Amino acid sequence: MFKFLEPNKIFQITSKAPKYVLLLFIIVLSIGLVEALILSPEDYKQSDAVRIMYVHVPAAWISLGIFSSITLLSISGFIFKSKNFFLISKSLAPSGFVFNIIALVTGSIWGKPTWGTWWAWDARITSMLILALFYALYLISWRIYENEEKVFKISTFITILGIINVPIIKYSVDWWNTLHQPASINILSKSSIHTSMLYPLLIMTAAFALFSLLIFLMKYNTELIKIKNKGLDRL
Amino acid sequence: MINELFFMNGYAAYVLSAFGFTLLSFLGLYMVTKVQFIREQNKFVTKFGSLSSEQANSAKSQRINKEILANATNN
Repeated sequence: MFKFLEPNKIFQITSKAPKYVLLLFIIVLSIGLVEALILSPEDYKQSDAVRIMYVHVPAAWISLGIFSSITLLSISGFIFKSKNFFLISKSLAPSGFVFNIIALVTGSIWGKPTWGTWWAWDARITSMLILALFYALYLISWRIYENEEKVFKISTFITILGIINVPIIKYSVDWWNTLHQPASINILSKSSIHTSMLYPLLIMTAAFALFSLLIFLMKYNTELIKIKNKGLDRL
Repeated sequence: MINELFFMNGYAAYVLSAFGFTLLSFLGLYMVTKVQFIREQNKFVTKFGSLSSEQANSAKSQRINKEILANATNN
């Protein structure tokens, strides 16, 4: 099962893909930046400070998406006994962590003009900080443990613990009274955001997703070459 | 328009620093990942060069090894 995912087979694609993804990322990001900084309207209440949303929200979405994917892949790695799932998870984590940090920092910058403070121990912000800690633990576990079996177990355990936090992040603004505003975009019901702001947001989200794909591909190729390097030692 | 971009009703410092931080983080992560990739690729080429012809032929029987070498020479 999942033979099509075998590193030997997909390296041909993953080794060539980064340059095309990079080009596409630059194009989409350029369009997104023009839309976000120039063409999109200012908010009636927050004025131009609302533009921070175009980096803050996609970063938060993607960091949550990547953590959920890492958890799913790690668990699948155990179920299907595939080392490749762990390799994909490991390669996804750095961009997820960086997006998490971007969401926290840009959220803090956005907080100053809108709430009058750089930081508040509010449910949404605190739970995002906890997610960053889980990302850090996950990345550290890969650095400190040499034994493959051990690192698979420990990193999966960290993701399972961390995934409990993901619905807390999502619903924190509904469950508690927070400084953070409730979600403006809903997939299942009507969104409260105007299309003039929604489209730039979606373009920036696409750019961020392409960037995480780019980093994933580069990291995955690095991991494959690392394995092959060990293979050469054994010859 | 340029004035609007650099003033933004008094919010430019916040908006541009948020975008600046994001883009710098992107650049930083890209550079770190690229350096790690090139380092591993160079290590592979060096190790491959030190193999005997018999070992090299055996290694070349794997398509992925040939791909790594081809990419390294193209870069």
